[in-house]
Amino acid sequence: MSTTVDARGLSCPQPVLMTLNKIKEIKKGEIIVKVDTDTSRENVSRAAESQGWEVADIQKQETEYQLTLQK
Amino acid sequence: MLKNFFVTRWGIIGVGCFIGALAPLLQKLGNPGNMGICVACFERDIAGALGLHRAGVVQYMRPEIIGFVLGSLIAAYLFKEFRPRAGSAPIVRFVLGVFAMIGALVFLGCPWRALLRLAGGDGNAIFGLLGLTGGVWTGTLFLKGGYNLGRAQTSHTSAGWILPLIMIGFLLLMLIFPQIEGENKSGVLFYSIKGPGVMHAPLIISLAIGLAIGFLAQRSRFCTMGALRDLILFKQIHLLSGVIALAVSAFIVNLITGQFHPGFAGQAVAHTMTLWNFSGMVLAGLAFALAGGCPGRQLFLAGEGDGDAAIFVIGMIAGAAFAHNFGLASSPAGVGPHGIAAVTIGFLVCLFIGFTMRKKIV
Repeated sequence: MSTTVDARGLSCPQPVLMTLNKIKEIKKGEIIVKVDTDTSRENVSRAAESQGWEVADIQKQETEYQLTLQK
Repeated sequence: MLKNFFVTRWGIIGVGCFIGALAPLLQKLGNPGNMGICVACFERDIAGALGLHRAGVVQYMRPEIIGFVLGSLIAAYLFKEFRPRAGSAPIVRFVLGVFAMIGALVFLGCPWRALLRLAGGDGNAIFGLLGLTGGVWTGTLFLKGGYNLGRAQTSHTSAGWILPLIMIGFLLLMLIFPQIEGENKSGVLFYSIKGPGVMHAPLIISLAIGLAIGFLAQRSRFCTMGALRDLILFKQIHLLSGVIALAVSAFIVNLITGQFHPGFAGQAVAHTMTLWNFSGMVLAGLAFALAGGCPGRQLFLAGEGDGDAAIFVIGMIAGAAFAHNFGLASSPAGVGPHGIAAVTIGFLVCLFIGFTMRKKIV
């Protein structure tokens, strides 16, 4: 069962803040993060990896990315 | 997915070294002392060139700024990262841009110039950088408290092109109305005949270096405010490593080119009023943090289609006009007659924005 963080349209550092808050909340499992810039995709990936999470998948859809984070 | 080298640790360090090495060279080629690149000062000079303020010593259409936006635009298109977007509280971003500029002009420099001043031996920059850190730290408290400016919406491609087109227009104006030796006006554009505004590298070199930096900064997401924010908020040193690389490489190039002059008094385009060097940058740092980027980063974001960053840029240019028309900007003699009042008002405005804009993201 995964939970979703929708950070589309938000600029730095909101996508990272929202992702880290979710990571703190659920501690482990799967999080889907939606972002719409390459910078947010990179920043969310870097932040998740720094917390020991794995970026299991990145789906590109037209103007957005969907990242699957797992721990 | 093609891995972007420039977002790796060595990538961002390389970009920092590149900017840090080129800025002192621009000084050698004509730009003002410890001002090889200063986004705030150069946008202020652009405001002067357009006649938005009439401070005769700071009027020049700086091609570096034009290059930053267009270089970023080129990179964004080449790597398919151009995303036209707008609508995240634009009026707030405009006002943050105004007060960011006022704070920066009380100190006399953007964060890039604070680093370049330090690398040139200007001890006053230490207080500016401490202020910047304090301002960004204050901003992180608001971010932790839920502050945000809401979502942007995807917009028309042409909306993302507006600021780049304005920059192309500025460049054309420069070509149509080139500087005339000893004249303070050429066609519609104002030029300086003395002061920092008359000091500039050749147009083609300034533009080429601006384009190169704009390109690389877009690829690497180089941001001085982000460097401090990520360190404070997330204990991340990724962006900070690029910022440190900039300062170190500028220091080395200054040593080699004889531009390192340690001291406090008599530094190029600087004053020694410690409290106001510090406070000006606290205000600027807070405004950058609330707006999500340092002045350079806002230009690069605008180049990749971010209309909200473009509004911040226009706000900074308007802020420069206020700063000089109202006597808010400092000079080597010290703060302007109303600089202290403006910093105080700026703090109140930023606190109002920070405390009241916490709408839950839906």
